[in-house]
Amino acid sequence: MDIIVCIKRVPDLAEAGLEIAADGRGLRTEDLDFDINEWDDYAVEAAVRLKEQHGGVVTAITVGDEDAEEVLRRALAMGADQAILLDDAAFAGADPFAIATALHACIRSLPFDVVLCGAVTSDGASGQVGGMLAALLDVPQVALATGLEVDGGRARVRHEVEGGLEREVEVALPCLITAQSGLNQPRYVSIRGIRKVADVAIAARSAGDLGLAATAVGEAGSRVRLEGLLLPPAGKRAEILEGSLDAAVATLVERLRERGGL
Amino acid sequence: MSDPYKALDYLDVDELYTDEERMIRDTVRSWVSDRFLPIIAEHNRAATFPTHLIPELGELGVYGASLQGYGCAGLSPVASGLICQELERGDSGLRSFVSVQGSLCMYPIHAYGSEEQKQRYLPKMATGELIGCFGLTEADFGSNPGGLLTKAVRDGDHYVINGSKYWITNGSTADVAVVWAKCEGTIKGFLVDKGTRGYQGKPIKNKFSLRASDTSELVLEDVRVHRSQLLPGVEGLRGPLSCLTQARYGIAFGAIGAAQAAFDEACRYSKVRIQFDKPIARFQLVQNKLVWMASEITKAQLMCWKLGKMKEAGTMHHYHVSMAKRNSCWMALECCRLGRDILGANGITDEYQVMRHMCNLESVITYEGTHDIHGLIVGRQLTGEDAIL
Ligand SMILES: Cc1cc2nc3c(=O)[nH]c(=O)nc-3n(C[C@H](O)[C@H](O)[C@H](O)COP(=O)(O)OP(=O)(O)OC[C@H]3O[C@@H](n4cnc5c(N)ncnc54)[C@H](O)[C@@H]3O)c2cc1C
Ligand SMILES: Cc1cc2nc3c(=O)[nH]c(=O)nc-3n(C[C@H](O)[C@H](O)[C@H](O)COP(=O)(O)OP(=O)(O)OC[C@H]3O[C@@H](n4cnc5c(N)ncnc54)[C@H](O)[C@@H]3O)c2cc1C
Repeated sequence: MDIIVCIKRVPDLAEAGLEIAADGRGLRTEDLDFDINEWDDYAVEAAVRLKEQHGGVVTAITVGDEDAEEVLRRALAMGADQAILLDDAAFAGADPFAIATALHACIRSLPFDVVLCGAVTSDGASGQVGGMLAALLDVPQVALATGLEVDGGRARVRHEVEGGLEREVEVALPCLITAQSGLNQPRYVSIRGIRKVADVAIAARSAGDLGLAATAVGEAGSRVRLEGLLLPPAGKRAEILEGSLDAAVATLVERLRERGGL
Repeated sequence: MSDPYKALDYLDVDELYTDEERMIRDTVRSWVSDRFLPIIAEHNRAATFPTHLIPELGELGVYGASLQGYGCAGLSPVASGLICQELERGDSGLRSFVSVQGSLCMYPIHAYGSEEQKQRYLPKMATGELIGCFGLTEADFGSNPGGLLTKAVRDGDHYVINGSKYWITNGSTADVAVVWAKCEGTIKGFLVDKGTRGYQGKPIKNKFSLRASDTSELVLEDVRVHRSQLLPGVEGLRGPLSCLTQARYGIAFGAIGAAQAAFDEACRYSKVRIQFDKPIARFQLVQNKLVWMASEITKAQLMCWKLGKMKEAGTMHHYHVSMAKRNSCWMALECCRLGRDILGANGITDEYQVMRHMCNLESVITYEGTHDIHGLIVGRQLTGEDAIL
């Protein structure tokens, strides 16, 4: 089975004091820690498990600069067989569509049965790349997967739907699946695994290598234009409700009622 | 995921590490957050080591990670140091377990063992199927191990060992003990398997420190081991001391992890603890404590990184390690004392980590050579005068 997994290197925003970069259109990244996007980690794990069950080849792909190599190497250490870095100054400033365009141009020349993406990224949080990529590849997609089994030419996928519900669907391969948290518990990258892939070469491809004009990707190829980023205005001091759970809930309901929330 | 830990890296020391070193550190860091921290308080209370995690640590690849071959990862010194740092961020007992396994047992087998001993022990120790302990200290010989009384007497193809060892980490858990005994007045190392008649490990109870670690007495009464269990490659105090150099190197990095845990917890706490209508982080005295901690942690990070580079280049000597072990343990203990202070009364409960780390570090500053003994090793190097003997 040929499995492709699309991953992204993202900053850890959970604990960071965020600052807007000088150009007003991004974050200052100097003091941020980067790692693989959490949902992409589920996607890599799912890909490696499919390979372990059915045999085959897992290819990890990311759009990013040379720093992004580290998430590819991490995917290799988890069990991916090869990795491709889509690296070109022309890819900068891409919206989800322009990212999907670059990924599509790379994937269309590769054999694949399943493409896995994270359901969403923790930085941009658009959740659109998977769906757009499926449309460009012209394969069925199942979003927000929480369970995945492949049997013969079909995938049985449990996934989240509106209203907090889940359902199970079956799709024919090839297909694209986006991984939701709960799909699996990603393995720890073992130290031996990291050692093993230390010298694996990672192929880099430019827009030209993919047959894409510079105007078709990155900011030029985007359909959404980012005008600027603003930090949310600082609110008044938060209130922590003390006391037993019941008492705290009662106070909360009261507060919400006072402020017209209920 | 639920662990909000953010490791202090004030001077971007990260940039000095290779990608591989960082990746290895990060995988151990997240393992500790997810698998170890949620259960450590319980084990600390019950004075038990979480033995169910032993195979997982093997899968991760932390045992004997700096050794080459025999299923070991063959990592750079800095990478293996950073593993210790991350493990000790969890608990000094966890790091001790791994240090004893790798630096004190696998290392001497790797360095001084016969090929048959290496084949027999190392691959299974690398996975955690076999656990080791290191018996050097005796109740009456701690800082002065050269005086040890445990004796081995040759009897045909066998040696008969008599004596006892005290304060032995993993002593009751271990499948194999590296026992240092005097044979016609010369210190030699023996591999004693669990279950050998006359050999027994007895837990030392009621510790305030390293509670989540097995510390035991080893009793050796007419223990007969075949001569193939003698470590053939070394004689004299040099044998055990060379192991200790490896382990102390790991401790120098490890203690930084405990200090980082204390700093992170205290810094976080200071921003949300309100007294006099302000977060206590706004008080100069509290900031001063945090600044002290951050500065010492940063200095130790740099010292250890340099030590790692010297180890890699083959220019590191035991007296270099002494300076780093001494400095790291001291500063980590001081960081914990300050961290505890910032946490006020909350700091004395085990809902917070700092007091557990502080108590642990009282052992760490003592074992593998006390603070003062390491001072005297550095002093001897500086002055040429030996003030130890
Ligand atoms: C939790 C724990 C785990 C341990 N695990 C192991 C293990 O796995 N294997 C093992 O072999 N050992 C182990 N040890 C033993 C440890 O290495 C010794 O405790 C250590 O070497 C100190 O020896 P001691 O306790 O006998 O103290 P002592 O040597 O009695 O020292 C007491 C005090 O006297 C000072 N002192 C001693 N000599 C001098 C001198 N010449 N000049 C100035 N001051 C001096 C010391 O600095 C110290 O302050 C462990 C200890 C602990 C607490
Ligand atoms: C075992 C135990 C028994 C106790 N028994 C009693 C008792 O019987 N009765 C009773 O009433 N209380 C008791 N206490 C409470 C004790 O008096 C308080 O813990 C103490 O006053 C500190 O308050 P805190 O813990 O809230 O720390 P905090 O006030 O939150 O202090 C946290 C840190 O902030 C620092 N800090 C706070 N304000 C400032 C400032 N303005 N400038 C600079 N630094 C500042 C502190 O020095 C400390 O480092 C007990 C506490 C313990 C641990």
